[in-house]
Amino acid sequence: MTASEESGGTSAPTMSEYRRREQSVTLAPVDEQLAEGAERDTHDELLTLNFGPHHPATHGVLRLLVTLQGEVVRDIKPIIGYVHTGIEKTAEDKSYWKVIPVIERMDYLAYYFNAMAYCAAVEALAEVEVPPRAQYLRVIHLELNRIASHLIWLGTSALDLGAVSIFLYCLRERELILDLFEMSSGARMHTRYFQVGGVIEDIPRGFEARLREFIEVMPGRADEYGAILNSNEIILQRLRGTCPLDADTLLSLGVTGPLLRAAGHPWDLRKADPYSSYEHFDFKIPVGTTGDNYDRYAVRLAEIYESVKILEQALDGLPEGPHITEDRKIALPPRHELATSMEALIHHFKLVTEGFRVPPGEIYLPIESPRGELGCYVRSDGSSKPARVHMRDPSFVNLQALSHMVKGSYIADLIATVAMLDPILGGIDR
Amino acid sequence: MPDATGLELIARDLRAAAAADATDAPSSAVVETIFFRGRATLVVESAHIRTVLASLRERGYSFLCSVHGVDHYPHEPRLGVCYELLDMRTVDRITVKLLLGSDAAEVDSVYPDGEDGRGWPTANHQEREVYDMFGVVFRGHPDLRRILMPEDYEGHPLRRDFPIGGEPVIFTYNEHTTLGSAQ
Repeated sequence: MTASEESGGTSAPTMSEYRRREQSVTLAPVDEQLAEGAERDTHDELLTLNFGPHHPATHGVLRLLVTLQGEVVRDIKPIIGYVHTGIEKTAEDKSYWKVIPVIERMDYLAYYFNAMAYCAAVEALAEVEVPPRAQYLRVIHLELNRIASHLIWLGTSALDLGAVSIFLYCLRERELILDLFEMSSGARMHTRYFQVGGVIEDIPRGFEARLREFIEVMPGRADEYGAILNSNEIILQRLRGTCPLDADTLLSLGVTGPLLRAAGHPWDLRKADPYSSYEHFDFKIPVGTTGDNYDRYAVRLAEIYESVKILEQALDGLPEGPHITEDRKIALPPRHELATSMEALIHHFKLVTEGFRVPPGEIYLPIESPRGELGCYVRSDGSSKPARVHMRDPSFVNLQALSHMVKGSYIADLIATVAMLDPILGGIDR
Repeated sequence: MPDATGLELIARDLRAAAAADATDAPSSAVVETIFFRGRATLVVESAHIRTVLASLRERGYSFLCSVHGVDHYPHEPRLGVCYELLDMRTVDRITVKLLLGSDAAEVDSVYPDGEDGRGWPTANHQEREVYDMFGVVFRGHPDLRRILMPEDYEGHPLRRDFPIGGEPVIFTYNEHTTLGSAQ
């Protein structure tokens, strides 16, 4: 560009600002660099360290600028945006039902939750009634997804703390869940199972038996995780009492989910403001006491048991009826109707080509994702495409608490805290 | 949610409080109340955002869930900022919204501590995101930088008139020619 030619005109190919900075880095030994200045006290010297973005312990592409004094973290600045893919912008150019697959890819471990928040927001805008069976099927898949998300969190976090084998166990159980997802929707991840008005298909034959098997086996497996980790001296040393943060600070920072519950604040939208028939189920909200890393771990592990309880009740009480709204202006007609009904054919054609229209208005609808309050803001201008879709992603907001948690603790605790924070960079960057 | 009547009562109190504060010409703090699909929204004058949020906090709406932007293009004033507030004791939500023209999209930041010594620390990253995506400048925000887009990015991509697609990918061989590569 012309601006660079003016400023850096001496060198033959113009260098971008980044390249200039890159070349200014000298690799001379530190002693020589120090010798240039006066005597320096290396003991209290502050060291700024770049951590990430490509580091396994960052759970994605989180980059942290860490200011260290010896091994003690004095300041920390998260730098994000490395996997920003503009999903919110993409969604504005798609009709309502085509937004679901892109929005599922925000928080890639909790895809059912993204779809749920979005579908529920659109349903509230369009005043669509979701049939009870669809609500129960949604709960089943949401809770399965919550367990799967917690399993990935547990496996990778334990990996960060040096416990390698548990990762394999966690993925073994997650495989059972993904098999169930594959049965119900055909896809293991990013399933596009939730639709506006219900779910795309009823569960197939054999799903119930497989799910019962899973319900049978999962609590025992969670016991095993506890047995491995709770008596592991290294895990306990690294989690107990490290980086606590009290509930008031967490609330002022907007933190929700297991992090807030670990500090003793029993806030769970499934209980406080039930959606999708959650009021029908009997489950507890695990809470911690001190809000340290151990509580964050313990709360999530306990949530796995509660999710299994919800699964069992939802499966026992699964009502009969349609799995998606009968409103033909919103949901596709059943396949067999297309052969006999002209009206069904017209509805099918209109829905697939243009999509449905939603009355103008805007709405913010929150649900409880594995990481906290996942709110979806949808603004409709009356057309068949949303005028604005925004996800209030819990990872994005919770990340602000990281610097408050780790200031004054050791860099080893930083690794443990990032693991217990459970940030999903796809959700942070969207 | 406050019901429609409750929303009007809140709006009345906020208007009265703003009128009491105003020394010069009394400006209306609450421009509009919207009760839609069972959810309450207060559209407020952008100059009063900090006082409105502070007085709502006194009423119990002490948790700021979300700050996000919205673009009403081609209507003017086109840019909006929404503050989603939550009262955890009564499980009550209210949305505070303000509208800004695109030529002077500036509003006080709610992040830093105000005169009452209380800010909304959660607004830090979220205001940066609104600035990044919509170009709304938050006055008094101590660290107002882009957060998701690259530092040298030009434009505010979530504005409705920002075109979709056509971003050149920057490689080493074309870094001198692609847009925004050289400063």
